[in-house]
Amino acid sequence: MPMTTDNKTLRPSATFPQHVLDEIHRAADQGIYEIRGFGAKRSLPTFDDLVFLGASMSRYPLEGYREKCATDVVLGTRFAKRPIELKIPITIAGMSFGALGANAKESLGRAATAMGTSTTTGDGGMTEEERQSSEILVYQVLPSRYGLNPDDIRRADALEVVVGQGAKPGGGGMLLGHKITERVASMRDLPQDIDQRSACRHPDWTGPDDLEIKIQELREITDWQIPIYIKVGATRVSYDVALAVKSGADVIVVDGMQGGTAATQDVFIEHVGIPTLPAVRMAVEALQELGMHRKVQLIVSGGIRSGADAAKALALGADAVSIGSAAMVAMGCNRNVFTEDYDAIGTAPGFCHHCHTGRCPVGIATQEPKLEARLQPEQGARWLRNYLSTMVLELQTLTRACGKTHVLNLEPEDLTALTIEAAAMAKVPLAGTDWIPGNNK
Amino acid sequence: MAAFDLNTDSVRDLNQFLHDTSTGMSTVTNPGGRHCIACGVDAPLEVSVEGHVGYYCAGMNKNAAITITGNAGPGVAENIMSGTVRVRGNASQYAGATGHGGTLIIEGDASARCGISMKGVDIVVAGNVGHMSAFLAQKGRLVVCGDAGDFLGDSIYEAQIYVRGKVGELGADCIEKEMTAEHVKELAELLSSTGVEATAGEFRRYGSARKLYNFNIDHADDY
Repeated sequence: MPMTTDNKTLRPSATFPQHVLDEIHRAADQGIYEIRGFGAKRSLPTFDDLVFLGASMSRYPLEGYREKCATDVVLGTRFAKRPIELKIPITIAGMSFGALGANAKESLGRAATAMGTSTTTGDGGMTEEERQSSEILVYQVLPSRYGLNPDDIRRADALEVVVGQGAKPGGGGMLLGHKITERVASMRDLPQDIDQRSACRHPDWTGPDDLEIKIQELREITDWQIPIYIKVGATRVSYDVALAVKSGADVIVVDGMQGGTAATQDVFIEHVGIPTLPAVRMAVEALQELGMHRKVQLIVSGGIRSGADAAKALALGADAVSIGSAAMVAMGCNRNVFTEDYDAIGTAPGFCHHCHTGRCPVGIATQEPKLEARLQPEQGARWLRNYLSTMVLELQTLTRACGKTHVLNLEPEDLTALTIEAAAMAKVPLAGTDWIPGNNK
Repeated sequence: MAAFDLNTDSVRDLNQFLHDTSTGMSTVTNPGGRHCIACGVDAPLEVSVEGHVGYYCAGMNKNAAITITGNAGPGVAENIMSGTVRVRGNASQYAGATGHGGTLIIEGDASARCGISMKGVDIVVAGNVGHMSAFLAQKGRLVVCGDAGDFLGDSIYEAQIYVRGKVGELGADCIEKEMTAEHVKELAELLSSTGVEATAGEFRRYGSARKLYNFNIDHADDY
């Protein structure tokens, strides 16, 4: 009779847990790093580590549903003649046509428009569906310059110069060959079926002094009408924000390491950048030091999932937040449907990060007509609108509980931290103490 | 004809005029190395800039014919869509970067990264070009009548490079290709249209080996 081994009695290695063993085996088989979509999967300090100090004896709350709690925000007040006026402080982050299908892009535009907020193009240029469905559209100027043209620049509502993104600060984009349809290839001026690697740095400027002139050029082309954003991946946030101000940004977008991607090396996603939590605080401090807080607006992104996350980012000093992965989830990403198609690409609902394959089971991150048909723009927009509405209600609920009539009146004093790490990163006191690690008191 | 003297008129006033005008000729004197002169023009205008210009002169040009009688700073005619930009002197870095169409003619030399990420523009340089020219070049033609610096055509896609003089080290995935009679004819037509005098048959042609189009670990050493 063969011997059987009781796995419960075996001791796994903490240094080589199963997922590490699997990755080494995969690397040995394939000879290439893992490329995948979605954001960091590792555990990181997040906004969950902060809680609000609701009103009590010393603070006066507002009545839920009855007393007004405003959510409007204006972006781009520094130089632009036509700043962006949003009804809610939650915007849709840049995601490319190519990485996403046209139906997904249209869904994003429709929902954003219904909610009075903006959506953003991505690498690969602006599609007609996106422009038509988005009342407020931010047009990205990326290192690859795929599809970039002055006609679309002039019909954009704002420009966003992308220096980096949270999922891969210091890295360029990647769209694997099997997602390159004729339309995608044509927009990018490249052949079909080849891997399209977007550059990691801009082709015609180097450093903040050049960028200042580049922004001057963009302002001249648009006759100084529309705001210009600068987006950075969160790394050396204090310096980057100060240099973005120096370069002439109207709005700065700081994207923390939880930010998503359609296709990036796993080693990049998990090991480069800093979490969104400290990034917000660092960005706000840099703006305050320059006397530019609220004059140059700050948008924070990277792992924002709820009205609570948005409220905490605003309380730390952001003017707005931006969502990407969460918007896709609202539209059906990782939903428990079409399970056989998840299985076919080696994953399951709740675990899928296979945007890079182009075989998205729910029809979002794909160019395959059969899959794309699973996401109709009306339905996608409805889901996303519901989700955004819920986020706003949550945000207002927390704001009223703190006794504030406008979401931008939230402040760090409304927060306390549940962990020493979060207290140190956000620079709010550890709950039950007046201790902020790193402060000299 | 409209005349702008940038010692007294601002670049903003000049550009606004050019954006609001549909035809005609404009002259710009005393550019003094100022940046962003005549950028974003979107009409069949003729613009003559008499002197040296700074960054991004004629950036994103559409339809206009812009002549710079002097040297041009970085990014001249960047992202040009159509029309013609002629530099009668030398051009600094990134000349014609990411250009989609139209023609850029540089009668002197061009510095590093000339034609970087070009996407369909024709660039004709009467003199030499610096290192990393046509880096990541996607479409279009870069013609160099003089010499080309190191790493020419690094990571090139489908753009064509023609060089008459010496070429330094070629960039990753860039190789010399056969210069057929058809290529000679095509190049002769381009040279003729730009007024640059050179014999097409004296050029060599370079393009992509297409080894890096889809990642292959066996080619990792080529990067």
